Amino acid sequence: MTTDSVTTPAIEDDVNLTTGEVFPERPTGHPVMQLTDVAVAFAGRTAVRDVTFDVHDREITALIGPSGSGKTTLLRALNRMHDTVRSARVTGTIMLGDTDVYATSTDPTLLRSRVGMVFQRPNPFPTMSIYENAVAGLRFNGVRKKALLDEAAESSLVAAALWDSVKDRLKAHASTLSGGEQQRLCIARALAVEPEVLLMDEPTSALDPIATKRIEELIGELKNRVTIIIVTHNMQQAMRVSDRCAFLLMGEDKAGELIEFDATAKLFSEPDDARTLDYVNGRFG
Amino acid sequence: MSVLTFDPSGDPILERRRQIQSIAQASLGRRKAYSAVALGICWVFLVLAIIPLVAVIVYTFAKGIVAWNATFFTQVTKPEGIPDGGVANALVGTVIIGAVATAVTIPLGLLGGLFLAESDGRVASGIRFTADLMTGVPSILMGIFGYIALVKAFGYSGLIGAFAIGMIMLPIIMRACETAIRGVPGHLNEAGLALGARRFMIARRVILPAALPGIITGVLLAIARGVGETAPLLFTIFGNQYMQWNPTKPMDALPLVIYNNSSQPYPDLLQIAWGAALLLMAMVLVLSIGSRIVAARLQRERR
Amino acid sequence: MATTDTAPTGGEKRRHGRFSLSNGAYRVVLIVGAGIFAALVAWFLYSIVNQARPVFSALGVSWIFQPTWNPNLHEFGLLPFILGTIETTAIAMVLAVPIGLGTALSLAYLVPARVKVVLGSAVELLAAVPSVVYGLWGVVALAPLWREYVEPFLTSVLGWTGLFNGPNEGVGLLLAGTILFIMVLPTMVAISRDVLAVVPREQVEGAMALGATRWQVLRKVVLPDARTGLLGAFTLATGRALGETVAVALVIGNSNYIAHSLKSPAATLPSLIINNFGEASGTELAALFGAGLVLLVIGLGVNSIARVLVRGKTGAAGGATSVAVA
Repeated sequence: MTTDSVTTPAIEDDVNLTTGEVFPERPTGHPVMQLTDVAVAFAGRTAVRDVTFDVHDREITALIGPSGSGKTTLLRALNRMHDTVRSARVTGTIMLGDTDVYATSTDPTLLRSRVGMVFQRPNPFPTMSIYENAVAGLRFNGVRKKALLDEAAESSLVAAALWDSVKDRLKAHASTLSGGEQQRLCIARALAVEPEVLLMDEPTSALDPIATKRIEELIGELKNRVTIIIVTHNMQQAMRVSDRCAFLLMGEDKAGELIEFDATAKLFSEPDDARTLDYVNGRFG
Repeated sequence: MSVLTFDPSGDPILERRRQIQSIAQASLGRRKAYSAVALGICWVFLVLAIIPLVAVIVYTFAKGIVAWNATFFTQVTKPEGIPDGGVANALVGTVIIGAVATAVTIPLGLLGGLFLAESDGRVASGIRFTADLMTGVPSILMGIFGYIALVKAFGYSGLIGAFAIGMIMLPIIMRACETAIRGVPGHLNEAGLALGARRFMIARRVILPAALPGIITGVLLAIARGVGETAPLLFTIFGNQYMQWNPTKPMDALPLVIYNNSSQPYPDLLQIAWGAALLLMAMVLVLSIGSRIVAARLQRERR
Repeated sequence: MATTDTAPTGGEKRRHGRFSLSNGAYRVVLIVGAGIFAALVAWFLYSIVNQARPVFSALGVSWIFQPTWNPNLHEFGLLPFILGTIETTAIAMVLAVPIGLGTALSLAYLVPARVKVVLGSAVELLAAVPSVVYGLWGVVALAPLWREYVEPFLTSVLGWTGLFNGPNEGVGLLLAGTILFIMVLPTMVAISRDVLAVVPREQVEGAMALGATRWQVLRKVVLPDARTGLLGAFTLATGRALGETVAVALVIGNSNYIAHSLKSPAATLPSLIINNFGEASGTELAALFGAGLVLLVIGLGVNSIARVLVRGKTGAAGGATSVAVA
């Protein structure tokens, strides 16, 4: 169990030396998102099913498994990205705090301001500047006050370890950044809205190893600020970064299912299920 | 310079989150309403766009179908006052002029298209750009060009009308051929070269058959455009009240009949105009739909 | 697919099986083909310019901007026609931009998949309707409507702008502009829709994931992304409107004077040529060629800009929309 045994918070975790922000200790460990019997089907064909687990506050939960096991499909169900696909059906219950994500009374637009997403390939808006990208989410949600926009932009760019390189050229186009920097901009953009949960869909698979390493470090640092659910192909990345893991595997009916969910350390050393053991030992990929 | 303030009593993240959420919730209604209105306007515009386009076709059909009878198709045009007018001569003219123009522009367009597809230099770029521009030249200019270039010397004739129409069709066919040929997978060409075949044979036996659907699509569209044109014919074929099968003489054509009768106050001439309009529109639509069917078949075969 | 040549069995097989060209000869044939096209274009340009020369030598260049066209008095001025061309095109584009863009957005993002194909094809097919048919429909069906309903209504609502003075005649700038709008709509919609549809999916999803409403996604991400291509669609449509001859000539009322109201009859450069060419001679004929030259310059200029903007934005659309009916 990766309980933070912090009674005295380490300085780097809780006080941002650049901005002076203080993040007081908040109780970790209680579930911020609860999935129960979640399944996603497209035009009647199930893509992923039997998913039940809890996502704990300000932990990093990784969805791992070979390709085709439904990890990304499951992730996208969490912020209702399947709403635009007419043939998609999501069943089961997904709770975000007290909110039923798929209740008819829940507005998807508002939901997405609470559950953010970072995509596999960096997708900054090309016609907008760095600053405009960072505050894009805020503007979409109706925030107009410049003070709040500036504050959120700076805070999120600092959190994404981008502030120092871009603070003097906030008006430059996002396309002038390198791939790794663009992905960090996308992370900042998602963070600026202060979501409760941040979904990351293989955020480093399109980046070179150095950029990947920096973003992994970043993800570790972000933990204190926002709960993260990350889909990753890369077992080592899951081991390095996550607190808990959900292992999914494609079953015989070609649908992905949740095989095992546990603390990362346990899942990788003494998993309960033989299939999990095979996967983490690299016997299939 | 940082705009953040140090607030030791609160968690700035949670505070900002609370602020943002409250703004987001408060503005949700307004934002959704705005979106619904804007999208609604898009739908309205969609309907507004469809209405006139449908109206033209329906109206032309209604007015024109009345004119279609045996007389219409078998008799030649007659001036006002003389009964039993038809468009037989104009139909013949349109078909013959269209056929002549097509017969000339297909080979030329094919050669030009092959040239463009196989060349990448500045000259080729220039010709390509010119061809694109020429497809947009006002067709009246082709009419007066045809007049000054050929009618002065040879008199009015269907051939000169075909020439003017051909000038409009040629760049269309050239570009369509080029696009179709470029669309043929490169490995077919390479396989031919590897076998030691000459470029001409490769083009003839491999590339052109593979590009045929795209070429046919382009040709059909070009013909649809060509037979629908009026302005290039006005000063080149002159019109002819009698049946004329010889393209070296002045001829009549459907667009001319429509144009000339449009401004006449006589109802029976107007009726002929509507009948001719329906006929012309039907021909053009059949060619266009035909080209789409060929294009669709092309897509399916490529899968 | 490749077929091997059968061995020739006699003279009559020669035509099918044996005719071939060396690579060099093949290349020459192609160059000749392209060269013929280039030569025709050159001949065309030369003819127009050459025929217009007399009026330029006699009257210089300023005659283009004179306001009176009266061949009998030897007065040649193209200003009324240049203005007419610009005004009808302007009316057409003022209508075509919002309606065309809205339609394109609907087709690209709002309409369900199956309907999308049908509607999209329908709009494109309508680009093929011959111009003369629009003209006939305009003068017979629409002109009375304009005279009885549309113009009086607009005059009562917008008369204060001073743009709607004069009698309601039906034919005139307004009707011509409207017919032009209908005629360029398919072009505008087809290219815009193609340009809007190729905005990368990840941009759209990125905006959605931030909590944007559908319209916010379209307005803040899709439209800006497609900016250049949309400008190209606009320019291409404008180029078509400028060159349109027959339909306009039938509904514009053909008055050689500068129009003072949107309801006035007017004339455009193409309609001037088409109405007077038949009986013109001498300087008047040269003046008409001069008008053609002006038209050519304007049209080529606008179309060049359009081609540069649209190039590379869409593949097929560039070719398909070259089939524009003038």
